[in-house]
Amino acid sequence: MLDSAIEIFTAGRNTARLFEGLAITLKISAAAVGLSILLGIPAGLLMSSKKRFWRVSLKLYLEFIRIMPILVLLFLFYYSLSSVFNINLPAVTVSILVFTLWGTAEMADLVRGAVTSLPRHQWESGRALGLSELQLNLFVIVPQAVRRLLPGVINLTTRMIKTTPFVFFINIPDLVKVAQQIVEVTGIRNPLASVWVYGVIFFIYFAICYPISLFSRFLEKAWQN
Amino acid sequence: MPDNPQVVLKITDLVKSFDSTKVLKGINLTVGHREVTVIIGPSGCGKSTLLRCLNGLEPIDSGQIELNGQLITAPGTNWSAIRQKIGMVFQNYELFPHLNVIDNILLGPVKVQGRPRQEAIIDAQSWLDRVGLKDRALSFPRQLSGGQKQRVAIVRALCMSPQIMLFDEVTASLDPEMVREVLDVMLNLAKGGLTMLIVTHEMAFARAVADRIIFMDDGHIVETAQPEAFFNNPETERARRFLNIFQFQELERRRA
Repeated sequence: MLDSAIEIFTAGRNTARLFEGLAITLKISAAAVGLSILLGIPAGLLMSSKKRFWRVSLKLYLEFIRIMPILVLLFLFYYSLSSVFNINLPAVTVSILVFTLWGTAEMADLVRGAVTSLPRHQWESGRALGLSELQLNLFVIVPQAVRRLLPGVINLTTRMIKTTPFVFFINIPDLVKVAQQIVEVTGIRNPLASVWVYGVIFFIYFAICYPISLFSRFLEKAWQN
Repeated sequence: MPDNPQVVLKITDLVKSFDSTKVLKGINLTVGHREVTVIIGPSGCGKSTLLRCLNGLEPIDSGQIELNGQLITAPGTNWSAIRQKIGMVFQNYELFPHLNVIDNILLGPVKVQGRPRQEAIIDAQSWLDRVGLKDRALSFPRQLSGGQKQRVAIVRALCMSPQIMLFDEVTASLDPEMVREVLDVMLNLAKGGLTMLIVTHEMAFARAVADRIIFMDDGHIVETAQPEAFFNNPETERARRFLNIFQFQELERRRA
């Protein structure tokens, strides 16, 4: 039985290709999560500010993104951009773009929630010290919001990693796509192929996501003051 | 230079409403250099709102506020610059929970005023020493009692070297046994010649600390008097009624 596994993972470039697929999965996730956090923080601050224009337009954006299935967004940007505007973006760029659009919306909502949960007098005592609005956000509001944000951000990160297999549909050879190809080729002779290959995928996703949640537990402890 | 260098704060015809409710109905008040003015009055009389208008936390409807002869209610006022000159301590201990005591204190002097950190630390330490918290510089707010937090909040405002300090019911949310330590600090500041505008419900403290008592009711200043005169023999019927409530509480306490 173990022979069948050895056969699959030593045949051709199977193992190397799995790692290439993993690299693409990680690249898309890391880029999208990083950009979402960077863009989501100012967006969330604007959503919780008094500026009506920003509050309303960002809320509309968030609702729009939430209603749209990720797959539809991927198709929209991959196929429609090229046919309507004649913009041809590489598939990986499109997926990073789409995941960032989604992640930014979710992140902004997390930031808004964290910021509005802070007591009002934190702003007032900051202002009373003469802090400018930027300084107030930088030194008082954001550091406190970040601590409250952590569980939500970790959750969003793992959700995004687990949603990346959708890029399969715009023909990106990510981890799942590669796995499927391997199973298709080897499955004819090797009936256990799907068990082995998808089993390995299962552990790879676990190996990525579990350290992230360990890291968040570590940060929560470190920030417990 | 202002006409009268002794006047720190001059309030003229200050009016403030929340929605349709008028809270301040034309306040005129002058605070002199090194003067300790205590504002008392029933809840909802507008005294806290008055303090909050002075450093721009509440926008005003009409009237003028001058700080050292400078009109600060004109449109386009740089409130950040003004607030550095007006220290304020609030009822709730408003420390920043993610920063330890010394970082709470240094935020203003270092980030807003751009003072060298080392110099500001020396200043902060000497103030902490004076309020009895020398060894608490590295504690976090959650490790402090309410009274200690409030003393830190006072030091934090003082380290900006303000020209006037506003105290908004700073002992109102403290446990009774913590009230004294905070009031002692304020009493010492008053003796040291700090210009202060204090809103409080502690009548004995008001009597001890004040150079002048302002009694407010329903958005007006009803009576202005020397503390002894005010507490022994208030001029207005409204002030008498207000002080009677406290005497009644004293009686109740004695019977219990």
